[in-house]
Parts: sequence; C-alpha cells; structure tokens
Amino acid sequence: MAKITFTDKSGVKRKVEVNNGLTVMEGAVRNNIPGIDADCGGSMACATCHVYVEEKWLNKISKAEDAEIDMIDMAYEPKKNSRLSCQIIIDEQLDGLEVTTPGKQN
Amino acid sequence: MIKTDVIIIGAGPVGLFAIHQLGIKGLKSEVIDNLDRAGGQCIELYPDKPIYDIPAIPECTGEELTDNLLKQIAPFKTNFHFNERVNEVKQDEGNWIVKTSKDKKFIAPNIMIAGGVGSFEPRKLNLKEAQKFEEKSIFYSVKNKEKFKDKYISIFGGGDSALDWALELSKTSKITLIHRRSEFRGAPHTLAEIKKLEKQGKIFIKTPCQLNTIEGESEIKSIEIKYENEKIEKIKTDIILSFFGLIMKLGPIAEWGLNMDKKTILVNANNFQTNKDGIFAIGDICSYPGKLKLILSGFHEAALASVECFKRARPNEKYRFEFTTSSKNIQQRLGLKKEDD
Repeated sequence: MAKITFTDKSGVKRKVEVNNGLTVMEGAVRNNIPGIDADCGGSMACATCHVYVEEKWLNKISKAEDAEIDMIDMAYEPKKNSRLSCQIIIDEQLDGLEVTTPGKQN
Repeated sequence: MIKTDVIIIGAGPVGLFAIHQLGIKGLKSEVIDNLDRAGGQCIELYPDKPIYDIPAIPECTGEELTDNLLKQIAPFKTNFHFNERVNEVKQDEGNWIVKTSKDKKFIAPNIMIAGGVGSFEPRKLNLKEAQKFEEKSIFYSVKNKEKFKDKYISIFGGGDSALDWALELSKTSKITLIHRRSEFRGAPHTLAEIKKLEKQGKIFIKTPCQLNTIEGESEIKSIEIKYENEKIEKIKTDIILSFFGLIMKLGPIAEWGLNMDKKTILVNANNFQTNKDGIFAIGDICSYPGKLKLILSGFHEAALASVECFKRARPNEKYRFEFTTSSKNIQQRLGLKKEDD
C-alpha cells in the first residue's frame, strides 16, 4: 500500500491509497482522480495518463523504456519529468509519491 | 437511405468479427468508421506490436490480426464507409436511422456500437492562436502535395510521419524539422537520409525544442520555438505541419441517450444491448460487471449480440443455433457450398 498525491494544474492536491502491484494510472482511475484519461487502458498506446513526477521520486521509479518515451512525444506539454502513469507500478518504495497532472491530456 | 439489418459503428477487430457473426446468420451489415481503413486501435496504435492472447493464435501483430479478420469476413462482401463519423442516431418506429458526417443516411433495426474509445482524430496543437490557422496554414496530414510547394514549412514531431514528409516535401520547399528531444523514432534509413540533407543545408533540424508562439494575422509569418534551456528562436514559416499522432474522442456517442459510465456504454451481459432496444455496444466501449477490455471478450460479445440482432431483424423466423462445421446454411453463406449441393 502506498499513499500517492496527485496535484492538478491549479494546485489542488488529492491523496489516495493504492495497493502494491497496481499502476499509478489504475490508482487514479479507481479513485476518480480528474486529469487522468487513460484512454487505451494501460497498453502504452495513447499518452493520456501523462503525469509529471516530482524530482525526488524520479530515481525511485524504474526508467522509462523507449516505447514509453516515444509515446510521451505525443503527450500534452511533455517535460523532463514526464512519465506515463500506467508504467509506474506501486511498491513500498513509492509510499508518498507525488505527481502533477498536466493541464489536459489531449 | 441505405437499408440493412445491422449498422456497425467501428471497424476495429470487434466490429469486423461482428460482421462474421451476423453474416453466418444471414444478416447484412454496413460498417462506418472515421478512419480511412479497417483495424481500429490494432492498426492505428500498434500495427507492429505482437498480441499474445488471441485464442489459438500464439502470437500475431495488430496488422496480421486485422488482415486475418478481413479474410474471414470476405465472403460477406460487406460495405465499409470510411472517413465518416456517425453524428446522429434517431428512432423511427422499430428502426434506427443513422446520419454520418458526410450526410449519408442508414436505416436498420439494429445498431452495433463497436467504437473502442471513440473516433480517432489528429492530436492538435495546443496554442490558442493555432485554431484560426487550422486547415489554412496548419495541417495535421498532407492530402494534396501541391499545396506544399515553394513554401517555408515547419514540421513538428519525431515519428515516421514527420520524417517521411520532411524528406518528401524538402524536394520542393524549405523544411525545418522540430522535435522536443534530440532522438527521432522514425525509420533509421529515413533519418539517415534527412541527416544527409541537413548537412547539405536542405533541411534544418531543431531539437530539443517545442512550439512557443505563432505570429501572423490571416497567414502565418513566422513561429517561435523554445529550447529546453529557454532560448527562443524565430523561424520564417508559411505552413506548419504537426504530427503528434491520433487521439480518441468519444464524440457524439454521448448524446444518443444511452446510459453511460464515464466513457463507456452500459449494457446487459446477456446480449450486450444498451438501454435502447436494438442498440448494442460491444468491445472496449461497453461495460458490465466483470468487463475485461480484451479483444477476445469483444468477440464473445459480438457473437451474443448478433443473436438478438437476428431476432429483431427477422421477427417472423425462428432463430436456430448452428455450428460452422456442420451447417449447410452457414457453409453456403461462406461460399463453400453451392445452393444445390
């Protein structure tokens, strides 16, 4: 179980608890976090679960593979700390994770 | 007005298999899809990615799956209406009337919505000022090359479309290729070709940067791009081409009076009918307790929905369940047996 904080563009914070083994995207969808569309359902084919990961957490997450980076090219306003939340799998280490959702997903 | 037994919305794998399940029952269908070809997400999002969970097919790509489904439904000679989106659905006594973006009209007792996550549309540029230039000097695809002659063209994107068009249009125009990072993900030989042209001063490559502003009143005069280090550069531009892939939009489906849950249509798990008699939803777009967004689940949904479609389309005939291995009727419909065999 990990607590994850989603901050939206206007600064509103939403904290949810997500079971280990689920992805950050699944945690968001199950808890109705606005700003995560996840159109393709986690098959890394749409870039609509794009989040910005707070710097200090970046090195705790396994690196993005090429296909994910290619997909982030398509995302709305990609930045250096952009990740697809469907590719971040929750474990104990990520308890307290903070991510920001972009202004929009498309 | 085109009259048929079932109007299928969406030509993805599940829509295609629905044609089969309806076809072997002797039902005709017409298929409408906003893309320019069959295959849906399989062909647009992962044509080359292997799929491992199609029963009895240990491994196949999205493209192979689509090709095989098309082969499987070939005997039914179904009409496809591509590049059209269904905009309106209206009831007409026991029938449904469907109107598309090209004003084509269909009438049928049944509609099967196999729309995935909605219709595919190009991902647009996010700048506010981009809107007024769209289809005039900002394009998301190249339909007529003539328009792109002797111009200053700024191309955005890092994939095959961006690279292919940079190469092609560099024969007749000044091309600047702009991408948010220094690595491109298009075919290596295209990239090599482009790097060669860059050395010869025929194509300019700008990375890592993104579009910052567009300047001009009725026509684009120039654009500004912003590098990762915040540096700004102005680029003379007549035309912007932007290749950021496709997004899926639910679109007008939400306005048809169907019971929905977020972006999915609620159905019963007996025949996948929605709250409107004669409108079915199958594949990724439907939801019911336990729904899995798998292609194989969509195939099952298509098979069951097609039985109810038969009952509605042939109210005076009795539905008989038959196997393809033994049914003469089915084998005739598949073109395997002549009527007098």
